[in-house]
Amino acid sequence: MNKTNVLDTKMFSNHLANAWNIGEGVQPVTALNPDLHVDDAYKIQLYTIQQQVQSGQTITGKKIGLTSKSMQTMLGVGEPDFGHLLDGMELKNGDSLSFKKLLQPKVEAEIAFILKEDLVGPNITSFDVLLATDYIVPALEIVDSRIKDWEITLVDTVADNASSGFYVLGENRKKITEVDLKQIGMALYHNDVLQNTGVGAAALGNPAKCVAWLANKLADYDVALKAGEVVLSGALSATIEVKPGDRCRAKFAELGEVAVSFTE
Amino acid sequence: MNHHLIAELTEYVHNAEKDKKEIEKITAQLYPTLTIEEAYMIQEELIKQKLEQGYKIVGPKMGITSEAKMKQMNVKDPIYGYIFDYMIVEDGDFISLSDYIHPKVEPEIGFVLGKDLEGPNITVQDVLDATEYVFPAIEIIDSRYENFNFTLPDVIADNTSARGAVFGTNLRNPEDVALDMVGVTLSINGKVQALGAGAAVLGHPANSVARYANMISRKGQKVKAGQPILTGGLTEAIRLSAGDFVQVKLGGIGEVSFFVKK
Repeated sequence: MNKTNVLDTKMFSNHLANAWNIGEGVQPVTALNPDLHVDDAYKIQLYTIQQQVQSGQTITGKKIGLTSKSMQTMLGVGEPDFGHLLDGMELKNGDSLSFKKLLQPKVEAEIAFILKEDLVGPNITSFDVLLATDYIVPALEIVDSRIKDWEITLVDTVADNASSGFYVLGENRKKITEVDLKQIGMALYHNDVLQNTGVGAAALGNPAKCVAWLANKLADYDVALKAGEVVLSGALSATIEVKPGDRCRAKFAELGEVAVSFTE
Repeated sequence: MNHHLIAELTEYVHNAEKDKKEIEKITAQLYPTLTIEEAYMIQEELIKQKLEQGYKIVGPKMGITSEAKMKQMNVKDPIYGYIFDYMIVEDGDFISLSDYIHPKVEPEIGFVLGKDLEGPNITVQDVLDATEYVFPAIEIIDSRYENFNFTLPDVIADNTSARGAVFGTNLRNPEDVALDMVGVTLSINGKVQALGAGAAVLGHPANSVARYANMISRKGQKVKAGQPILTGGLTEAIRLSAGDFVQVKLGGIGEVSFFVKK
């Protein structure tokens, strides 16, 4: 079998949610069914999000993952993936986040786009993205996996909402006319020690190209990018593993800083 | 000029683009007396056919915008055509030479308006006041005529040689840049092949948008907000070869590039 039915979708969604009941990562969904296709995985993700919306959460945007050549090579894929952002995932700049809400978090630094117009694929270009962008802000994404030890394939992470956890946006809003997206430099600090550096071009050559990819990909699932939504456009450097007591801070050229810390 | 002849000549140039085969110019033998007005009728039919095929207009493009070219062709007005969605190449991507006949590139300054502009009597200042963004661009022209040999009506009928556009992602406010003084270089594989400055386009690139607004106002049309507008080549056009890395840099605005494969 390579197509999931509604019952299976619910079963896989519940399987991932069970990570919270047992307090640790569960088996990959591909261990339960090795024939699962990435389309099935998006169906599982969309089902999970639908459940969360029905229980009162609001979709605030989308995140794009696997935007670097190294991540794509690691998972053996040729394109990015996406997940949904919900209001319950949003943190304020400088907030502390309890490990009670986390399983095995990692932090990555990204450029976030806030849209002023809907973007409806297919045939969306980077240029269309720029015209539809209200402003950009610096962002940290706290990725987390409901799958044990991050033993994921593309299908596993897609089913698990692209390993989304939480996100933090900086306050320093910049218009597209004030920056050179491809060349924005970024330094990521872990407990005030420089961990790594990155640049806008790390995300598919241009963060706007990632957003264009997303708008076109979403068209396959009849989902649109809406005005007002946040789009996390993809990590600009390697992720950092964190533990309680840690603090992460990213400093961006032109965009300022964004930080988050972790407690027990 | 009757409908039958318009349809026949439209098919003639349209097929050349579809088949990627160069043709003899219309005015050589088929219809030597083609006027500018008749040529725009052919272009309109050509555009109608592309829209019917499901393609979408991205925005207008201007041609014959340098004093030298205008003098050479003995005309007073620039010309315009339209860029379609299938012609767009992403910044940093590649094109395959086999998709074209004999492509050339020109560096250009692009405009995006924040509000509609309706002629006549639109001035450079009106354009600047209405402009939301300017950006670096490369136009890929690919005349369907043998050796780029054509008269003004021929090139108008051929959608002003439009075949490709690469838009850079450095969008700027027009008030932050002296557009007539923007220096431009067109490099291929790191070697500068052509250079110039903004004033090469009708004294000021915004003048190109003003002329376009005033020209189409005669047809009751206006320039639409939100559409990228290519204002015309800032230098002579340079022929492309397989293996080329083409890069355009505009001082104070940014850069845009693409690769050429076989």
